[in-house]
Amino acid sequence: MSGRAKIYLLAIVVAAAGVTWALMRIFLPKPSAAPAATVTAPAPTETAHITATLYYGSSDGRALVPVRRDVPAATSVVDQGRQILGVQFQDAPQPYVQVIPKGTKLRAFYVTERGEAFVDLSGDVVSAHPGGSLTELLTIYAIVNAVTTNLPAVQRVQLLVEGKEVDTIAGHVDVRRPLEGDATLVREGRAGGTK
Amino acid sequence: MMARKRGAFVALLCLVLGAPPQAQDTPAPTPLTLVSKDGRRTVPTVTSNGRELIALDDIASLFQVTVREDSLAGGFTITYRGKTIIASADQPMASVDGRIVTLPSPITRSGRRWLVPVEFLPRALGPIYDQRIDLRRAARLLLVGDMRVPRVSARVDAPGPPTRAAVVISPATPVAIVTEPTRLVLRVEADAIEPIFPVSATGLIDSVRVGDQPNVVVVALNRQAGTARTAIATADNATRVAIEIPMAEARPAVPDSRIPTTGPPLPTTESSRLPGIEPRQALQTLAIDPGHGGDEIGVRAAGGLEEKQLTLDIARRLRGLVERGLGVRVILTRDDDRMVGIDERAAAANNGKADLLLSLHANGALSGSSSGAEVFYDRLDREGEAVRAAAAAAVALPVIAGGTRNIDIVPWEMAQARHVEASAMLASVVEQELRQRVPMGQRPIQQGPMRLLSAANMPAVLVEMAYLTNGAQEKAAGGDQFKNAVAQALYSAIVRFRGYLEETSAP
Repeated sequence: MSGRAKIYLLAIVVAAAGVTWALMRIFLPKPSAAPAATVTAPAPTETAHITATLYYGSSDGRALVPVRRDVPAATSVVDQGRQILGVQFQDAPQPYVQVIPKGTKLRAFYVTERGEAFVDLSGDVVSAHPGGSLTELLTIYAIVNAVTTNLPAVQRVQLLVEGKEVDTIAGHVDVRRPLEGDATLVREGRAGGTK
Repeated sequence: MMARKRGAFVALLCLVLGAPPQAQDTPAPTPLTLVSKDGRRTVPTVTSNGRELIALDDIASLFQVTVREDSLAGGFTITYRGKTIIASADQPMASVDGRIVTLPSPITRSGRRWLVPVEFLPRALGPIYDQRIDLRRAARLLLVGDMRVPRVSARVDAPGPPTRAAVVISPATPVAIVTEPTRLVLRVEADAIEPIFPVSATGLIDSVRVGDQPNVVVVALNRQAGTARTAIATADNATRVAIEIPMAEARPAVPDSRIPTTGPPLPTTESSRLPGIEPRQALQTLAIDPGHGGDEIGVRAAGGLEEKQLTLDIARRLRGLVERGLGVRVILTRDDDRMVGIDERAAAANNGKADLLLSLHANGALSGSSSGAEVFYDRLDREGEAVRAAAAAAVALPVIAGGTRNIDIVPWEMAQARHVEASAMLASVVEQELRQRVPMGQRPIQQGPMRLLSAANMPAVLVEMAYLTNGAQEKAAGGDQFKNAVAQALYSAIVRFRGYLEETSAP
């Protein structure tokens, strides 16, 4: 091969390589571009929920029944506790009965470093209570169980009424000290779900 | 020579270390009898330091539960149908399906055997077992399942002749009577009976005892007795067999003028006391707490009946019965319609040195269908358990004359900690007596952190007598029949519990 021919061949190879590189640039994806582009934006907080176990009276009013319900998710234990009790205080789903007197409001909720939650209730919990030892137990432990079951950071619950410690809610059950959850009042086998 | 000495030393060491500790357990004088639909079985028990214990391996074979020993933790686990009991050596409690249950004495190990208090059966095994377990210690009966075991009491009303006696079966149960020359045989239609006798030889009666069958009562007559006459009547949910036994001879009987032929109308349960033996006064003062009062109405029924009225009414009726029948001092925490604080009520009972406290209430529910009486006793939290454990260790204080005196220091609000076992027993007795006279709730005995009971320094229970939110119960509760029935039931429970107090406080 003459020297001129070698130059032509080299030029053709270089041109082919250039065309191939150009085609690859056009048709193959860029390797480092994907991650940032595909990050899903976080869902708005008002639509995020957790499923919490809440407690209502059985239809015969003799026991607590655990019911799984959607509760708005929160970013802290305290806020989550408020959300849980907010739903717990709403009307009971059928066929259960609400054991927390109508009109009872959550005045405050906070958690100590010792794992004790303070639940401050409005005076309606006393004034609107129907009375009776068993019903009083159900009222108290619907709240205590709802908090201790769903918030692992909380071991005991201190109930307050209008910001103060009280002896009882309806004259029978001692609520002067923080209470642990009580499974003996819960009727087994009815962990029904509802939204 | 050295080898022999070494051998002897090793043998001695083995003897000292290997021998099981000298067992102080002695067989109970009378074994328990397990009564179930499958029949009757004898259940051996032992007594140790005054407590009756049962071996865990006996429980395993009787109830078909799985026992697994945890030698690392020094305890054991009982499993039954997915539920567990966890217990540790030397602890007077057990975790029953996640709930702490107290026992009257610690769980112990004797050699290779685990021993638990007999109360372990109803308190720990009962909640996870699929049949009811009822321990009736006085009658030496362990009932498994829904057994018909009525109480049968016998008393002699007049020694005569003619000798007049009565056998009372409660709750009311059919009975067949066979009259023989030397005895009366009463066959009760039940699985067994819980006897409240014997009656010592009186008049023409030699004895009253259980027959060769567990549901048979035999009234043995002496040689002078003629043919007995009997009459059966049923009232107040009890069957009463009246017995009259004349002399055998035709000649007219000469009554002993020193003994009245008709005794005073004592309540039936009183007459089970052996004649001539005055019981030790273990029950001197009774405290009755009529719940609520004043502005604190309690439950107000749709028809207008108020809890505070009902509790005071029945408290007064009970006071009358107790004062007349037992001669016991009675403290009412309120005797009029006024509001009394819970600590004031506890103080009245504690400062009055009451031996027993009954707090009377009427129930309310969110559902109108709830009905029946319920009995509550106190449940200790962790702090209370600690107080109970420390209660045995009294503080020794120096006294003026020299020496020391043991003083129990128990926080006021923890006063009940030392009495929970007795309160559980009281709750059981009250429930049994109420059951014979008034409707009971689905869970007739319950435990909870009850405010008044926790401060009571004596055995104490809270009785919810009826649901005033139930129309039928409200109507019944307002009537004399219901009020008297409750008062009579509580009176009978007090009499029975007095026997328990005398038994446990005996030196």
